[in-house]
Amino acid sequence: MSQKELLKVNNLKQHFPIKGGILGRTVNHVKAVDDVTFDIYEGETLSVVGESGCGKSTTGRAILRLDEPTDGSIEFDGVDLLSLSRRDMRKKRKDLQVIFQDPYASLNPRQTVGKILTEAMAIQNAVPKEKRRERAIELLETVGLNADQIDRYPHEFSGGQRQRIGIARALSVDPKLIICDEAVSALDVSVQAQVLNLLKKLQREFNLTFLFIAHDLGVVRHISDRIIVMYLGKIVEIADKKSLFDNPQHPYTKALLSSIPTPDPEVKKERIILKGDVPSPINPPQGCRFHTRCPFATDICRQEVPELRNLDNMKEGHRAACHHIEKIAAEH
Amino acid sequence: MSQETILDIKDLRTSFLVEDFEVKAVDGVSFKLPKGKTIGIVGESGSGKSITAMSILQLLDKPGKIMGGEINFKGKDLTKLSEKEIQNIRGNEISMIFQEPMTSLNPVYTIGQQIRETLKVHQGLNKQNGTKKAIELLSLVGIPSPEQRVKQYPHELSGGMRQRVMIAMALACNPELLIADEPTTALDVTIQAQILELIKDLQKDLGMSVIMITHDMGVVAETCDYVAVMYGGKVVEYQDVKSIFKSPKHPYTVGLLNSIPRHDTDVDELEPIKGNVPSPKDMPVGCRFAPRCPFATELCEKELPSLDTQADGSEVRCWVYTDRWDGDPEVNVRESKRTAESE
Ligand SMILES: Nc1ncnc2c1ncn2[C@@H]1O[C@H](COP(=O)(O)OP(=O)(O)OP(=O)(O)O)[C@@H](O)[C@H]1O
Ligand SMILES: Nc1ncnc2c1ncn2[C@@H]1O[C@H](COP(=O)(O)OP(=O)(O)O)[C@@H](O)[C@H]1O
Ligand code: SF4
Ligand code: SF4
Ligand SMILES: [Mg+2]
Ligand SMILES: [Mg+2]
Repeated sequence: MSQKELLKVNNLKQHFPIKGGILGRTVNHVKAVDDVTFDIYEGETLSVVGESGCGKSTTGRAILRLDEPTDGSIEFDGVDLLSLSRRDMRKKRKDLQVIFQDPYASLNPRQTVGKILTEAMAIQNAVPKEKRRERAIELLETVGLNADQIDRYPHEFSGGQRQRIGIARALSVDPKLIICDEAVSALDVSVQAQVLNLLKKLQREFNLTFLFIAHDLGVVRHISDRIIVMYLGKIVEIADKKSLFDNPQHPYTKALLSSIPTPDPEVKKERIILKGDVPSPINPPQGCRFHTRCPFATDICRQEVPELRNLDNMKEGHRAACHHIEKIAAEH
Repeated sequence: MSQETILDIKDLRTSFLVEDFEVKAVDGVSFKLPKGKTIGIVGESGSGKSITAMSILQLLDKPGKIMGGEINFKGKDLTKLSEKEIQNIRGNEISMIFQEPMTSLNPVYTIGQQIRETLKVHQGLNKQNGTKKAIELLSLVGIPSPEQRVKQYPHELSGGMRQRVMIAMALACNPELLIADEPTTALDVTIQAQILELIKDLQKDLGMSVIMITHDMGVVAETCDYVAVMYGGKVVEYQDVKSIFKSPKHPYTVGLLNSIPRHDTDVDELEPIKGNVPSPKDMPVGCRFAPRCPFATELCEKELPSLDTQADGSEVRCWVYTDRWDGDPEVNVRESKRTAESE
């Protein structure tokens, strides 16, 4: 199966300085993202999951250059994004759009929906001026809103409808990649399901590529082709959806999957309850960052950083970063 | 087998009077909770779950008022008690934990000071005994090195630890009923698993009854014995937990279950409920769910159905299950794929 890589992220690092003392010098760093490498194929949905603070949003923001990465390279459709000037990067944003969790905060409350959409088109010069309103109406219908709602303001819509406006705005410039950062997390389930179905439909129709950031593994299973699991700024496992849910290898992935409450009282499952909390990314644990909570940790885990590996019991493209995959697989 | 009822709420109505307008936040809620059991109250945001909980302890914000109904707790109607009498029950016999532990802890006092204060008010413990008990409670809820933690301030603890502190405070006086309003919604799943396990263990050890308010059907399935589903300020369905997942009856419950993306199996297409939750200012006159219901008839739009007990003991508020149903006589709410009207 040959697939074209649309986005290649190599050794991405994002270390935020912590200022301190009376001189305001940099006293330390938050290692929000620490040496992350992955590709996104054209037309797929790649999800990033993990607990709060593990670096999901930071990864998304770095790709969009909303924060300048500390190190690494990001190649989009053959172009090295980090070498672009600010101006050229702004132009590139036509191809890379983003949808956030809180649609209200990202929509200008004083603009009508029509204005929000036509302005997005104007900034990127995506559609000739006289065609913009017509296109805005078309977009509203594409995302399941009514053409006659075009002159309404954001506050006149419900949360789910506002998220649809956010999606319409992202689509208005005809992008290739959309980064969805917790795009459905704030919605009630009945409405969340509407928006998820919409995103899937639009992907089929417009051959969109999604980088889908979320913490809800039910949502992720539903929408993804492949999944990245992050822990404290690092990728601990990456796999196609089926392998990740049916054959997880990393102890953290296993614990994460077993922690999700199942909406079926007849299912009795074995739960791995992790001890303690996620450590601080300021001084993350040496070696494997999961060793402070891992039931299988040994000396090597405390000393050496495990690399992502593919073993015989794993499908092609499925990789996990753990020293003891073989041993754990043999014992369980 | 004793099926003693600890809490019996009948037709509870709580409103907010805002600018001559009555927001009926809770509009006829009834359910029973057998002693030692857990009831889940589920529903989407704004359905009235939290206001139901606040009404029980009469912790309502200013324009909020109980307009009618009964809250029978161990045979006493709490709505008839004086503020002083209800204060005695609060924190002693009934305790509550909230969604956001940070906002319910006072940032300027240490954890120890706050637990001690609770113990002083409710049990008259002095400083020394209060500190001893506080350390005991913190270790009961699984906080490591409690002797150090009592000296720390809330912001020095993680979200999961703050929620444990809240639980410790709620348990300080061995309550008979614990009301937990979305106790894990703000937490990561691995921490959520710890907290839910903790609540379950404590319930077993202390014989507490629990009201678990949540919008997560997974949490319901794993922690509850009974479930009340709320919509538009009303209970629309009440069943034991196994039955509600196996044979949901109300079209809203069915829609809710069909909307959940599952982490444990693949579903090709989710079946969302069309439309949005109604605003309390714009409540439909008949069945509150009628504008979104695929089965709605003229009767549904005109008249509100009552919450009726069915032959199997479940309770449902829907015309389909009555003699007056004027739609398809063969309708099977659960099997019908008509809930799938996605756009
Ligand atoms: N501008 C910044 N300055 C300093 N630290 C930051 C900054 N942005 C993020 N961080 C830190 O980087 C880490 C990763 O944050 P990030 O927002 O990527 O987490 P996340 O995985 O998206 O979490 P959530 O699920 O809560 O959204 C966190 O410890 C966060 O506090
Ligand atoms: N202080 C208030 N003033 C006016 N209306 C309120 C107030 N608090 C809650 N409400 C309304 O009461 C209804 C139920 O709210 P709530 O019980 O908090 O819902 P939830 O089920 O999400 O917990 C909502 O429509 C809400 O807007
Ligand atoms: S490397 Fe060691 S500590 Fe890390 S996940 Fe594997 S066994 Fe656990
Ligand atoms: S009463 Fe009518 S509208 Fe309401 S849930 Fe039943 S069938 Fe639907
Ligand atoms: Mg984030
Ligand atoms: Mg609430």
